[in-house]
Amino acid sequence: MAQEVSDPIIRVRDVTVQFGKTRVLDGLDLDVKRGEILGFVGPSGAGKSVLTRTIIGLVPKLSGNIEVFGVDLDAADRAGRRAVERRWGVLFQQGALFSSLTVRQNIQFPVREYLKVSQRLLDEIMVAKLVMVGLRPDVADRFPSELSGGMIKRVALARALALDPELVFLDEPTSGLDPIGAGDFDELVRTLQRTLGLTVFMVTHDLDSLYTACDRIAVLGNGKITAAGSMADMQASEHPWLRQYFHGKRARAVMG
Amino acid sequence: MKGGPDLQRSSEGNALSLRATGAWTAPFAPALERLVAEAEKLAGKKIDVSIDVSQVSKLDTFGAWLIERLRRSFTTGTVEARIDGLSANYASLVDEVRRVSLAPGDDAANVTITGMLGQIGRSVAGIVGTVAALVDMLGAVIVASGRVFIHPRSFRLTSTIHHLEQVCWRAVPIVVLITFLIGCIIAQQGIFHFRRFGADIFVVDMLGVLVLREIGVLLVAIMIAGRSGSAYTAELGSMKMREEIDALRTMGFDPIEVLILPRMLALVIALPILAFLGDIAALYGGGLVAWFYGGVDPEAFLLRLRDAISIDHFTVGLLKAPVMAAVIGIVACVEGLAVQGSAESLGRHTTSSVVKGIFFVIVMDGVFAIFFAAVGM
Repeated sequence: MAQEVSDPIIRVRDVTVQFGKTRVLDGLDLDVKRGEILGFVGPSGAGKSVLTRTIIGLVPKLSGNIEVFGVDLDAADRAGRRAVERRWGVLFQQGALFSSLTVRQNIQFPVREYLKVSQRLLDEIMVAKLVMVGLRPDVADRFPSELSGGMIKRVALARALALDPELVFLDEPTSGLDPIGAGDFDELVRTLQRTLGLTVFMVTHDLDSLYTACDRIAVLGNGKITAAGSMADMQASEHPWLRQYFHGKRARAVMG
Repeated sequence: MKGGPDLQRSSEGNALSLRATGAWTAPFAPALERLVAEAEKLAGKKIDVSIDVSQVSKLDTFGAWLIERLRRSFTTGTVEARIDGLSANYASLVDEVRRVSLAPGDDAANVTITGMLGQIGRSVAGIVGTVAALVDMLGAVIVASGRVFIHPRSFRLTSTIHHLEQVCWRAVPIVVLITFLIGCIIAQQGIFHFRRFGADIFVVDMLGVLVLREIGVLLVAIMIAGRSGSAYTAELGSMKMREEIDALRTMGFDPIEVLILPRMLALVIALPILAFLGDIAALYGGGLVAWFYGGVDPEAFLLRLRDAISIDHFTVGLLKAPVMAAVIGIVACVEGLAVQGSAESLGRHTTSSVVKGIFFVIVMDGVFAIFFAAVGM
């Protein structure tokens, strides 16, 4: 199903993931092009998050092969893995901020680990990242438990972007944001992609995000990619779930 | 590293031009910072400053910010530093970091004498708060049990049985093992010292009174405070963190009735049972040591034990158990509900649950000692 693309940043081949007797991913193939924003959709429980977690190595796979930046993560040694991990950023569904660190420390944590730079630059970069994700610098000394859901998302994105990665995984980035905030978020992702040449792998249910932010959309169903292509391709598709998804009441509202 | 960044300076009269080359990206950040700091030393000396970035091969937030920092440090009063040769690609990134305004970060709080005294004052006031919270919880639990007594249908039997299994049944092996060993040790020490007076047999008196009155129940209570008190705090604390307790409340359930009462009840039932088993195990262990190490055969041991101890010793020990259980349970639940949002807070409250639990158990033991002495038991 996956189209062959030259120089894919993520290359997933024939990946199978199984929990107990439930087969979640069944021989899945997927390519993500360098510099694109891929929107990843599918019914709840289809395994979108599982695929994301499999690619970043949090869920073990039964069989198959995954290459990120051309590196096979199973074959890579510790240093190789670390080099790859330094080049990607992950935004988890619930933010996954370190609850005992302040916003400042959360964002500075990866930078401090990988780069030997002065505290001054750390602080300045932290403020820059906060401003980029649309937060005021005075939240820096708050703890995650003192932030609203939307703010947690933004801080988590700032942390994911802390090292200026080439690839970011966003798991439902706009869920829990108000429509204006979600719109800003899409705009932000677009801007970052343009300026930093970022590749974005975005699991989302937000039709607005799919319309405004994504270059390409991949649909997961029955453990495989059932369709992949542009928004127009998706709307033209005859697949029953896709028809319902892209022509349902909410989709019509978005399209106006 | 190849493609690494550089910053070339050339000055003509009042004009200074800086030319940035190479990759201005995060991996080169330490080198970039040095380059920028070096160039910043020239700030304020020239009137016409331009920063040429056309030769920059790659730029990210780190690079863009450092160029912006450079621009700012050369922009003083009437002098405005320019950034030249910015490609359209990177313009929006530079615009983005231009919006950053730096507020001076507040330094860590200074250590002062008043600050330290204030800390002591707050800790002392905190003790009152702790006791008030315990009394508050005790009241809430009593009210909840009263309600359950009037409406027995709202009693959570399944939950109570579940907790009983966790704190009682599963604790039996470790409680029996440890009290057995302590019994052995007391007997060995007793025999070792009494032998010098030829009073070997008195080890039975010592073992019987000590184990039944004090050590048995105290040891078991301390073990349960560490084992089940900490578990209660961690369970309730993580439920509090994930708003599960708020969810219960909004559905019209009383968290005290649903979560805390079954736990308390399980503990109050479990501790006397465990204390009884602990007493038996300690006496058994002591008896074995007396037999093999002290030469007191089981028949003589039992005969002596019957003379040495009265039922009072046994009753005193077991009467303390439910009260200690209630103290452990209340401390654990208060600490669990006091957990705030962070993982660190959960750890802190779990620790203090065990520490306070053990402290109050020992305080209660002292109070009981005075009480039983007064009533002559």
